[in-house]
Amino acid sequence: MRLRHKRLTFIVIGLGLLAAAAALILTAIEDSIVFFYSPTQILEGEITTDRRLRVGGLVEEGSVERGQDSTVRFRVTDLMSAVPVQYTGLLPDLFAENQGVVAEGHFRNGTFQADEILAKHDENYMPPEVAEALKASGQWEAIENSLKKSGAFE
Amino acid sequence: MDAAGKMFLKHANPQRFLGLSAVVLPWAAGATVVLVTAGVYLALFASPPDYQQGETVRIMYVHVPAAWMAMFCYSIMAAASAAMLTWKHPLAAMVAKCTAPIGASFTFLALLTGSLWGKPMWDAWWVWDARLTSVLVLLFLYLGYIALHNAFDDPGRGSRAASVLALVGFVNVPIIKFSVDWWNTLHQPSSMVTAEGPAIHASMLAPLLVMAGAYTAYYVWVLLLRVRGEIIAVKIRALQMRQAGG
Repeated sequence: MRLRHKRLTFIVIGLGLLAAAAALILTAIEDSIVFFYSPTQILEGEITTDRRLRVGGLVEEGSVERGQDSTVRFRVTDLMSAVPVQYTGLLPDLFAENQGVVAEGHFRNGTFQADEILAKHDENYMPPEVAEALKASGQWEAIENSLKKSGAFE
Repeated sequence: MDAAGKMFLKHANPQRFLGLSAVVLPWAAGATVVLVTAGVYLALFASPPDYQQGETVRIMYVHVPAAWMAMFCYSIMAAASAAMLTWKHPLAAMVAKCTAPIGASFTFLALLTGSLWGKPMWDAWWVWDARLTSVLVLLFLYLGYIALHNAFDDPGRGSRAASVLALVGFVNVPIIKFSVDWWNTLHQPSSMVTAEGPAIHASMLAPLLVMAGAYTAYYVWVLLLRVRGEIIAVKIRALQMRQAGG
């Protein structure tokens, strides 16, 4: 019996220490784990921007301008600040205003020159009729707000 | 604790398990067939397309339960490994060992279907974000566990080494679960656990839950089959040893 207790205690303590070690490591390398940075992080100078990086957020409403040769300009926002993005190429199907987006590229003269655009899908799933009904009844705002809150664009 | 442990040991001896599992086995098989049939029908025919994803949303009914089972199976494997190391119980060792390939298959299915969904939705088959990477690590942990189990001539040593790996790797399970909350990821956060309740419409939640039930029944079914096979293999080995010895 005593040996069993010893082994169980050993396992529990071992797992506790391991979890603590993992937490410390993950906190220490947090900057390299994040997939993208928010416009606020970039504008506040939290990270160096003279390198390849990813900017993520929502496509700002009314900011999309389509130019010639499939060039598109828009702003990525985290609802606190926004970064202008320019991209030439095919956009993902889910690309739309107020939708999540992640752009990869680098800064040139204050504009983010993206060479890859990924759509970030949110966690809301519903049939089209329900989406229409929500929009008609004015409850869409609530969903969009929860989307913006939870979209990790802080 | 010890009383509970004794109760557990009394009811979990391999001979008793053969009797009990023979009763449960046809029910688990039946539940799997019924739930898979109902789930596939609901997921592919009787549920609506999504307002953004269109028909692609149907991949979710295969992908999400597979990802849940990948983490669930690993948790079972880690718990059984802890029980095996603590009480040296043969049945716990068998449950851990037999869960590994099933969990690895669910993990592979989750990665594969996720990739197939990612291409049309994100415009990328794969990205190295925290969620995708930690699930890939989970697959490697499963494969490492299986490899370590078979790496020793003495099955007991293989089982102990693999159990330690299973326990160490358990740290990864909460990392997978909370990766989408802790870090910016391309993968969306959970639709089930949100402050406002599930962010998924009832007409899509129902097929998802039926599929989750189907996967669970399938796991129970295959696990029982495998553990029974394992017990019988041990018996055969013991008989052969006795014959060779006598």
